[in-house]
This record gives sequence, structure tokens and C-alpha cells, in this order.
Amino acid sequence: MGHLSDKRVKELELIANRLRVSVIEMVAHAGSGHQGGPLGMADVFTVLYFHTLNHDPKKPDWEDRDRLILSNGHTCPIRYAAMAEAGYFPHEELKTLRKLGTRLQGHPERNKLPGSETTSGPLGAGLAQAAGLAYAGKMDKKKWRVFCQTSDGEHEAGLHWEAMLFAGKNRLDNLVCIVDRNNIQIDGRTEDIMPLEPLADKYRAFNWHVLECDGNNLAAVVDALDATSSLFDKPICVLTHNVPGKGVSYMENNFLWHSQPFKPGEAEAAVNELKAIGRKLEAEYAKL
Amino acid sequence: MAIRKEAHLIEGLLDPKIAQKPTRDGYGLGVIEAAKKNPDVVVVCADLTESTRNLDFKKQFPDRFIQVGVHEQFLAAGAAGLALGGKIPYITSYAMFCPGRAWEQVRTNICLNDVNVKIIGSHTGVSVGPDGATHQAIEDIAIMRPIPNITIIAPCDVIEAKKAAEAIASWEGPCYIRFAREKTPVFTTDETPFEIGKATTFRAGKDVAIIACGSLVHNALVAAEELAEEGLDVMVVNSHTVKPLDEKAVLHAAETCEAIVTVEEHQITGGLGGAVAEYLAKARPTVQEFVGVPNVFGESGAPNELVSHFGMDVPAIKKAVKKAHKRKAKA
Repeated sequence: MGHLSDKRVKELELIANRLRVSVIEMVAHAGSGHQGGPLGMADVFTVLYFHTLNHDPKKPDWEDRDRLILSNGHTCPIRYAAMAEAGYFPHEELKTLRKLGTRLQGHPERNKLPGSETTSGPLGAGLAQAAGLAYAGKMDKKKWRVFCQTSDGEHEAGLHWEAMLFAGKNRLDNLVCIVDRNNIQIDGRTEDIMPLEPLADKYRAFNWHVLECDGNNLAAVVDALDATSSLFDKPICVLTHNVPGKGVSYMENNFLWHSQPFKPGEAEAAVNELKAIGRKLEAEYAKL
Repeated sequence: MAIRKEAHLIEGLLDPKIAQKPTRDGYGLGVIEAAKKNPDVVVVCADLTESTRNLDFKKQFPDRFIQVGVHEQFLAAGAAGLALGGKIPYITSYAMFCPGRAWEQVRTNICLNDVNVKIIGSHTGVSVGPDGATHQAIEDIAIMRPIPNITIIAPCDVIEAKKAAEAIASWEGPCYIRFAREKTPVFTTDETPFEIGKATTFRAGKDVAIIACGSLVHNALVAAEELAEEGLDVMVVNSHTVKPLDEKAVLHAAETCEAIVTVEEHQITGGLGGAVAEYLAKARPTVQEFVGVPNVFGESGAPNELVSHFGMDVPAIKKAVKKAHKRKAKA
């Protein structure tokens, strides 16, 4: 498995680690926001921004860029962290998250932040916009692709299934829907709130290709997202199985960390734990 | 007659045999003109091709006609995506379902996103008729007016409807046009001025000003002509653009007549009347009467019968004008 060198994979792991630290720091600074999903998705966002997407941080409106629609807008801290790391805006700006006048709104807004592609947050609406965008791309025979990042919880919204039907009908193979299959949502575990399984079968029944991977294994995510470019005639769903809160032991798999304010010391403990992982990765990298 | 020449209305405005056509027909013609001029114009349809008057568009531009089925939320959200991809989607359904059912997608994905989507809502007003209250959109202006970035238009006849449907293609940003199912008098001409955001004074007058939109503008004109015989000189303003309201025209009407009657086939709450009142309350408090649906749901019936039943026919408008005139005298 994998065509990237071990060194490159380790570089990506280091980036993902830095993004996790940024997520904790920015949400702690903001005093509110979401942690569990963003930490779980850090590896996927690393692969998207530093491997998969054809994009130019200096030209966010570049006509031929791939488009990344973030459907579950509440996970925007990870997107903002990845965008800052990629050079869309200064890292320092992450501190403005959720503050009056910021470009980094609590849920992303297209007209405030170049490169955010659309305004999003209300659950279930991202895939519809991504499908419309992909349809427009097909009409104009464009080479760019549309990636849509979704949560598993938002699969309960009827609009998402409307979009799945439309994309399947129109064979939008320029559309990739990435699902953050972390099994949690605000009120608990997805399979208790409203069971989604068998989710892969549901996508297949709606005329989608389905790929699955360990979303916290960078090499596996690279392979899955690379594979999307050689699948045709149907839209592609990538179910990434993620650990919510990944990297911070007290958050992992705890649905309460979908979003809750840090108590004194919690953010510092999280950053310390992540930085320890970072030092370990650095040491491993030095040996390669 | 005090009908203004510059309005270029038809002769025989009061002829009981005046030609009648539904405003939705005007949409069907206007979108084709827009599509001929602009290759980015596409039509998105939610299983209502014929009744939203898209059959000809579909024939002429099959590659630019997108069928999404009974998916009104997708109609709105998917169109936001099409617009992000450079298209100018005209999204078509009954107003009850879009913007009605799809309100949150309209508000967030289209208007907050500020994308170039044109919302075509057919079957507005009680004149939808026998289908009854479920399909009679009489709250659509009220749910759209508070949303920033949106332009709202209610054309007065099929000719103005065609002009509006064509004009919105080159009017950047989200637009909503409300159309009607039923035939209504055709009384404007190709020469009648139409500019988005600019109300047109159809009839000059100094006693009371009627500010109307949609197909009831004709009833307003008939009422004004009949009242002239009773000695009342009534101005009639066609405020086809409900948002942004032509404040200059409203202020002129208020200053000239010092009494206003608003007329619309919509709930009195939150419609054109509300927009006029909100503006005048701060600019120039003025006596105002409201003709519209009085906080009740519609019901089945013949279109004209319902317009009368809910108090929006010519006699009802005349009554409101007289009342406004009396109140002005007392004020």
C-alpha cells in the first residue's frame, strides 16, 4: 500500500500534528467552538490541502482549482488551520476565530474568507451545493473536481439524500463526498440517535462508488483519495473511519467533545499531549 | 382620463372583454429571451415543467434544462452550487415550495452566500383557485422581505412578467419573482417602462394614492377610474419591485396625496403594505389602508370569487380608498 515515501508520509503526519495543535489553540482562544470533529479530520485535511487538491493559496479564486466544500461548517477550525498552514492567510489570524469583525466566522462565509468556496453550517446542505457545482463543471467540461467534506450525523438530513439522488442520476464522477465516519453527533452516538448503517450500501444503492479507509492513517487516506481520480461514471463516496478527538486522550471517542468549552488546564494538557506526539514524530522523521 | 401617457397602457383598459393571460406565461417567454442572450442561464425544474411554463425552454435549450424532481430544498441549495460554478440558475416551482419549503436554503445557501440565483415562484395569491389553501402562497413576500441581498418583484401582467424574467438575468445577485397561475388582464404594452427598483406611476391623482403590485394593479386602475366619476382623483403606482422599495416614488405619492392604499394579493402582514408603512413611518407618517388577505388562510373556489371573498376586488379597493380619504380629512 502507498506510493509516497516514508519521509513524505512522516512530513504529512507532522503537518497533521501541527494542525491539531492549532485547532486546540484557536478554539481555546475563541472560548467556544468544536474540537472532536476537527481533531478527527486533521489527517484528511492534511492530505487534501498538502497532497490531493489542485490549488494555489496565493490565488484562491484561480479558475482551475479543485473546489473543497465544507458541508459540516462547524468543523471549520480544521479547515482554517489547514488554510493558514498552506499559506492562505497568516497563522496569527487563527486567533481571531469567532471574534467580531473576523474573516474566520464560527461557520465559514464565502464572502468573508476567500478560498472558503461557500457559506456553510446548516447540516445537510453541503453536498447539494457541491453537486450543483460539479454539474456546472461538467456542463463546461472543466477538469477541476469538487470535494465535499461531510459529517456522518448530517446524513440524517433529507436534503443530503436529495443531493445523493441527483449526483447519482447525473453520474457526477467529478464529485467526491468524504464522510467523517466518527460515529458521534451532538446528542450521542449516531447509531443510537438515528442508525445510518449500512451506510456504504446506501451510497451504492444510490449509484455511487464507495471507498473506505482508516481516516487517521495518512498513507491510507492518500491511497483512497488518489483512487478517486481513476473512478468514472458515478460520484465517489470516501468513508473515512475516524476517531473523534484524535490525538488528545481525554477527548478521543467522547461525544461530549463534539463541542464544549475547555475548563482551566484542559487546553494546555491537550496541547502538551499533542506536542509530545509531535516531538516523537520529529525524531522518527530525523531517522528517515 | 388621468392615465399617464408615459405609462403606455392599452386602450380599453376598462373593457370587460380585455385579453387575459397568466403572468407565469410571461416568465416562460422571458427566460427564453434571457437564455438567448446569456449562455450561462440555465433552468432548474422540480417536476413542474408544464405548469411553471418551462416546456418551450426545455425544447429550445435541452442541455440547459435540469430536472431535479420533487426536491425543493435541493432546488435551492443545488442552484447555489450551480451559481458558484458560474451559471445563472432560474429555479422554478410553486412559491409555496420554493421559497416556501426551501426557505432556509434560500436564506443561507443563496442569500447569505450572495449567489446569482433567480427564484421563480409560481402559483402565488388566492387566485390559484380550486387547489385550495395548501397551494396558495400568500406569505411569500413576508418570508422573503427580511432577507438581505434579495430583490423581490411582483409583475402586474404577462408583459411585465416577461420583462422582469428577462431583466433579472443581468441583475447581479439573488432575485425572487412571484407569478400567478390564473389568467389576469393584459394591460401594459412593450412600451410601458420597466426598470427593476423603479415604480411606475400609471395614473396621476392627488386625493389618494394606491400603491399596488402584481395582477391587482389592474383592479386598482379600474377602481381609480370608477372613483373619478365619484369625484375622487386617485393616483395608481405600480410598485412591481417590492424590495428594494422605490422610496422616492412612495414619498412622492405620500406628499402628493397624503393618503395611501396598498393593494396586493398577499397577506396584509409583511407584504408590500408593510414595506410602505415601515418606510413612511419614519420618512413621512401618512394615513394608510391595506388591501390584502386579512390574516386567514385561503380556500378552494373560483379565482375571481376568492379575490372578492378575501376583500381584494374593485369594490373592496374603492371602499379602502374612500376610507383613507376620510381619515385624511380628519387628520
